[in-house]
Amino acid sequence: MDCINAKFVSQKISKTRWRPVSSASLHQPDIFATGSWDNEDNKVSIWSIGENGVSNMDDEFEGDPQLLCEYKHNGDVLDLQFLDQERIVTASSTGAVTMFRHHQNSQTLSVAQLWDRAHHYPCDDAPCTGLVCNSPEIVTVGEDGRIILLRADHKGILRTIENADSSTIHAVTFLRTTEVLTVNSFGQLKLWDFRQQGNEPSQILSLTGNRVPLHCVDRHPNQQHIVATGGQDGMLFLWDVRQGTVPLSLMEAHSAEMWEVHFHPSNTDHLFTCSEDGSLLHWESSTNSSVPSFLQGGRNTSAMSRSAVAPGEGNQSLTSGWLSGDSSKGHLETTHMLPSQTLSVNSVDVLDQCLVCGTDGEAIYINRQVPV
Amino acid sequence: MEEVDVEPTTTLIPGIDFTQKHLGFVWGPGDILVYETEYKATGAAAAGPGRPFVHVVRKDEDIYSPILRKLFNESHHIFVGLQKIKEDVPSKNKKSQFVSISKNYRSVIRACMEELQQVAVSTRDATLQTQYGNQISILLAVELIWNLCEVLFIEAAPAGALQLPLLEWVRLHKADVDEKAREVLQSENPAEHPAYWEVAISYVLQGRTDEARQVLVKQASLQPAARAMFKLLDSLLMKMPIYNPGGNQTLTEFDVKWRHWHEECDRCLLDSSFASNPHLEAICKILVGDEDTLLEYKDLLGTWYHFLVTRLLYSHPTVKPTELHYYAQSSMDMFLDTRSAPEPLDSILLAAFEFDIHQVIKDCSIALNNWWFVAHLTDLLDHCKLLQSHNLHFGSNLREFLLLEYASGLFTHHSLWQLAVGYFDHCPEFGRVYLELQMERVPLDSERKALKVLRICEQRQMAEQVRSICKIMAKRALRNERLGSALSWSIRAKDAAFATLISERFLQDYCAHGTFSDLDLIDNLGSAMLLSDRLTFLGQYREFHKLYGEKQFVEAGTLLLSLMTAKIAPQSFWMTLLTDALPLLEQKRVIFSADQTYELMHCLEELTGGKAVPKLDHPMQDEDVETTKVELLRLALVRNLAQAIVKEGTVEG
Repeated sequence: MDCINAKFVSQKISKTRWRPVSSASLHQPDIFATGSWDNEDNKVSIWSIGENGVSNMDDEFEGDPQLLCEYKHNGDVLDLQFLDQERIVTASSTGAVTMFRHHQNSQTLSVAQLWDRAHHYPCDDAPCTGLVCNSPEIVTVGEDGRIILLRADHKGILRTIENADSSTIHAVTFLRTTEVLTVNSFGQLKLWDFRQQGNEPSQILSLTGNRVPLHCVDRHPNQQHIVATGGQDGMLFLWDVRQGTVPLSLMEAHSAEMWEVHFHPSNTDHLFTCSEDGSLLHWESSTNSSVPSFLQGGRNTSAMSRSAVAPGEGNQSLTSGWLSGDSSKGHLETTHMLPSQTLSVNSVDVLDQCLVCGTDGEAIYINRQVPV
Repeated sequence: MEEVDVEPTTTLIPGIDFTQKHLGFVWGPGDILVYETEYKATGAAAAGPGRPFVHVVRKDEDIYSPILRKLFNESHHIFVGLQKIKEDVPSKNKKSQFVSISKNYRSVIRACMEELQQVAVSTRDATLQTQYGNQISILLAVELIWNLCEVLFIEAAPAGALQLPLLEWVRLHKADVDEKAREVLQSENPAEHPAYWEVAISYVLQGRTDEARQVLVKQASLQPAARAMFKLLDSLLMKMPIYNPGGNQTLTEFDVKWRHWHEECDRCLLDSSFASNPHLEAICKILVGDEDTLLEYKDLLGTWYHFLVTRLLYSHPTVKPTELHYYAQSSMDMFLDTRSAPEPLDSILLAAFEFDIHQVIKDCSIALNNWWFVAHLTDLLDHCKLLQSHNLHFGSNLREFLLLEYASGLFTHHSLWQLAVGYFDHCPEFGRVYLELQMERVPLDSERKALKVLRICEQRQMAEQVRSICKIMAKRALRNERLGSALSWSIRAKDAAFATLISERFLQDYCAHGTFSDLDLIDNLGSAMLLSDRLTFLGQYREFHKLYGEKQFVEAGTLLLSLMTAKIAPQSFWMTLLTDALPLLEQKRVIFSADQTYELMHCLEELTGGKAVPKLDHPMQDEDVETTKVELLRLALVRNLAQAIVKEGTVEG
């Protein structure tokens, strides 16, 4: 925990995201964007750690994030994603979807595209709760139960799935280029195929007898059929969308709403979750139980997670350690990544060895030496 | 009624002529709303029509300063940590914990101050600059008071040991000496610098003998003739005994040593060892604690409390805490002009030297415009068991009263309200009530925010508030025609009445359109179905449709009948159910047994029996349709009965 750097920013942070680094460069990520919520004036801000794009691992104290630029955002920022290195898309509580452009020469932000009231009720605004980008396509979901397909360079709306959900859709992720997965406040996962006309999901997954609202979803970076979800009860669920309609494993993680879950983009044995209970967890799964995978030492092993439900049959073929669901053999280790913290951690993002998270305590935490 | 402590200040509200108009007002937790009334004083000229403005009058502006927000956020974290210190920790360990917490609070204040200083320098806006300047000076004073309280109350050093922390305190708040010293020492010729003696004497005044010696060496090397004199002073400075409470020296031993040293200094003055150099003589006079000489350096001392500490250092190094107030009072009287009244800061510090904690808190409350400082300090002092149960005429005790005031102020802020929750949690008597009242009033802009508010309420078993928040969300969803959302909110609140209402809407929609909306939800109700009778019926009725769709007619029929006979279905819906039975009755296969058919007939009679006489105001056409339906049903039932009897009477074979 020594390498954690905290900065108080005088605004409650709802989202933090690293700017993607081009695969050609060997640089660590050094620019990130944040969105705020519940302030009188909300903002989208761009921050930089390290100078001239080169972060120096030696000076831990030099890593204090510096504000590069900010832009007023109408309504709470409920979701924020980088479309590419220059463009950021936000979801607003007013129902608007905004695309910002970050001009890196002048260090300014401007609005490149605004889809006002993309999500709406018949006579009121409906918050847009989540979005996912797969350049140039953007898919947004909202409290109005709609799924909307946008294209970055297109002012209009490409496709709307009306009444996709009778409850609120909280998050969305791409499974394939034409397929998205949504989670709702009724504890269901729904698969949507944009190739199909009509407003019916191609598949519904849910835990029988469990209607715990789900708040976040992330797809395994390599295995497109594996997704992780988290919800109101703070449990971590792993699903295989090809098999059955029940989760493969579920693990106790947090004592309150899990707001985000992310697989590490390149080292998929690592997963990160953050929660309303003020904690940020690093999950590490080893694919081979005979190898003690934690030789680095010096880390504070907080709690072994317990597996609540044994996995279904036929997982042996899968190589992912996540699906074994058997932590009793030391497959899974969780580490608390923040010092004791009382207010909600709303967002986390990890890229390479760099982690950034934002809290309701109006602080941004940065760790540039995540052991992955 | 008690006397007021200070005359209240008058705030003029722009645009309202208070000689002509009467003002009405309403108290809020942080603000006051002020408006013009229609009231006319007798004899006053007819005033013009009242203006339709409501003015918000706010005492605390600091809460809206982005930099001070960091203070609130960081200190919240320290506060929560402090509350977690267990009662059963031995008091010795506790003391060091309390001191470190006090230091944490102070370092947060310092960090804020530094940031304010930075922005104050960089801004060009004059009004902003003054605003920052004011905030900095307030923070400076707050930190000064806090530090003194830490030394006197929390560390509570005994006689002798008090000297070092008091010196530290003065040094920390008179840091310009170091700046000046750097300037002098970095100049080409330090000994010739105009501020040279200023620096040397300032160091002596702060008891920094080592640094003073280093500075004096520069001068000594320039005046070889006076070398002996410099050497003598140097040895006096070097020999000056300092009491180290951690060492093995007793206070009496120290006292003997110190007296010896003091006499040596005295002797030097008596035999005029320094007569040829007025600066050195002055330093020596300071060393013997000569008050007149000290007062000559008023400018270098700056404040009466610096004077006090220097005076104690060179005259009464083993001062007992109980004697402090005497020296404090006399120092203040000597130092301050008799004409000028002491500033609030002076009286607060004096009260601290008098160990009158309540006076300190009271004066701070009056002087400062927000409760941050007093609430946190009082809480810390209360944890140190320094506040005897001081009875207030209101509320519970001083600590809780101040915390409640501070937290209520936070709750008026658009986004700092979340911090307030942690403070209310630690107010045992009224915190809960305050929290309950405040939580109900948090504006809910999005589901995300509602979920956060709900979580706070659920963690504290605030059932009433949970219900009310869910109801607000459910009603909003209903208004926006989001039946599914509305239903899931009322399921979360376990609000049976509202669930019934929404189920009715679902059923109405079904009757109107012939299809169910929100099937994804209704099909997955599970045990939540049991929340209300109507919801149970909705779920079961949908189950019937599912069975029917799957062509499981017997099961569907049995379910349909049971919905009526078990009185799950509201009677108003029976006709729909009976109509749903029609296609089952018309099947080639016999679905309903004879007994079941009797029951269906019974249901039909029960339904139609009451209103055999058609009402006149009913349009005739509706009545016709209704009658035809009943006729059809009766026919179908009778035919089914016949078939069933035949079937049941026939021996299979």
